[in-house]
Amino acid sequence: MVKKVVELKNVSMNYHTLNGETQAIRNLSLDIYNGEFVSIVGPSGCGKSTLLSLISGILKPTSGDILVNGEPITGPSSNLGYMLQKDHLFGWRTILKNATLGLEIQKKLNKESQAYVEHLLDEYGLADFKHHYPKQLSGGMRQRAALIRTLATNPDILLLDEPFSALDYQTRLAISEEIWLIIKKERKTAVFVTHDIAEAVASSDRIIVLTKRPAEIKNIHEINLTCDIRTPISCREAPEFRHYFNQIWKELDVHV
Amino acid sequence: MFKEGVSKEHQTYLKQYRIRKASIAASQISMLVLFFALWEIAAYFKWIDPFIMSQPSRVFKTIMNLTADGSLFTHTGITVFETVVGFLSGTILGTIIAIILWWSDFVAKVLDPYLVVLNALPKTALGPIILVWIGGTTSSIIVMALLVSIVVTILNVYLAFESCDEDKVKLLWTLGATKLQILSKVVLPSSIPSIISVLKINVGLSLVGVIVGEFLVSKAGLGYLIIYGGQVFKMDLVMTSVLILAVAAALMYLSVAWFEKKLNKMR
Ligand SMILES: Nc1ncnc2c1ncn2[C@@H]1O[C@H](COP(=O)(O)OP(=O)(O)OP(=O)(O)O)[C@@H](O)[C@H]1O
Ligand SMILES: [Mg+2]
Repeated sequence: MVKKVVELKNVSMNYHTLNGETQAIRNLSLDIYNGEFVSIVGPSGCGKSTLLSLISGILKPTSGDILVNGEPITGPSSNLGYMLQKDHLFGWRTILKNATLGLEIQKKLNKESQAYVEHLLDEYGLADFKHHYPKQLSGGMRQRAALIRTLATNPDILLLDEPFSALDYQTRLAISEEIWLIIKKERKTAVFVTHDIAEAVASSDRIIVLTKRPAEIKNIHEINLTCDIRTPISCREAPEFRHYFNQIWKELDVHV
Repeated sequence: MFKEGVSKEHQTYLKQYRIRKASIAASQISMLVLFFALWEIAAYFKWIDPFIMSQPSRVFKTIMNLTADGSLFTHTGITVFETVVGFLSGTILGTIIAIILWWSDFVAKVLDPYLVVLNALPKTALGPIILVWIGGTTSSIIVMALLVSIVVTILNVYLAFESCDEDKVKLLWTLGATKLQILSKVVLPSSIPSIISVLKINVGLSLVGVIVGEFLVSKAGLGYLIIYGGQVFKMDLVMTSVLILAVAAALMYLSVAWFEKKLNKMR
């Protein structure tokens, strides 16, 4: 029996502004299991980012419960790492200093943790760029540096909110492959929000399709692709790929 | 001359660029020389009254006299000192108040209309009040300089804090940062360029406060020399002081600009 790492129970979220009340999420229940790569797709503005913010503990749900590793969340936790659309590396810090930001904030920066971060940078092709500033790196390298910043505090669960959408198509394919491999190698659980159905099918174990706002679960797909090496790019060749793609495309009901 | 890999076209371009740059500098210098020459000639042939308009040669003589008895350095030094203390304290204090406003949105909202009014008010109008309250000392001159620069500092720095990238702040929240850490790790560092540019504005503003202060206190400084010269009709002294003031102001501005460049290179 695989362990549940995230449990959402009847979660609803409403935003209040002077213009009125926005129901972002309605009565959503979802379990995420250890080591899974789960993608979340849904129409624009349906509440995907809200869902990640709720899991990460920076937002409190209006009603319902959220458990991480069996415990109710009370605020941001070092079990969870968040990666946003842009890399948000700080221009005034070197890559190494950017990567250790989380450790610094959580007051866990010591010889050992610093060595771990340097190991990650070496391992994932940034060895020569530790003392460079972000503007000296390419978009793909910056995104890798942002992932290492997220991994530095050693979270079990990664929340990725469209982390590649600011990159051009070529870089995006390459970097999503790399980052997928890193996530698998480091044995992390990943919750991945994307607009790109192909990317979701290629990389996920499960895909959650959400409805229009307020977000509810429309469907859950278990992805089983027959391919020799299980990596996103090679799995795009799998015979079932098109089937999943078309199905999800229909469910999203995109009108152009 | 000919470097490999540099095309003829590019060489022509570079040459034209250098010529243009040199001709701009030459025009600037000749304008200055021409101005002083015309002034001198006009006064010499009595086209203008040198007693009222002064004259470069008389200004030069005045500078010599003031240098000889050392009072030039004393007065310039006092004005520069008051200005530097004024704009540094205005910038630091203003930044601290901006931090308080950023920290508490409630306080910011409450103080907003007062800041708007204070910003519109010409602070030099408060000069006589300060003089009465603090007395005719260097302190009240520095307070004037501080008052002139502080409100602009508060408004600009607060604006910079507020326009800090929301996602960067969100990133820090997700890492479990406290509000103090958000301030020190992202809000302050990303606002440094704005703070420096405020510093540049404040050099000029503080100087306004200092000169008005020196007019009122009338004890020492270039402002004192100007007002004194005006009262006893020594226009040579007035013109000399104004010219020295212009040079001092430019030098202070340039040093802040130099500091800014240094800092930007580091980032
Ligand atoms: N802080 C907020 N205050 C008020 N309403 C908000 C806030 N954040 C989001 N919303 C609203 O909640 C809804 C869901 O937003 P959310 O950002 O979660 O959607 P999303 O699925 O991530 O959208 P996108 O596809 O554009 O990334 C939207 O209608 C949005 O306008
Ligand atoms: Mg979003």
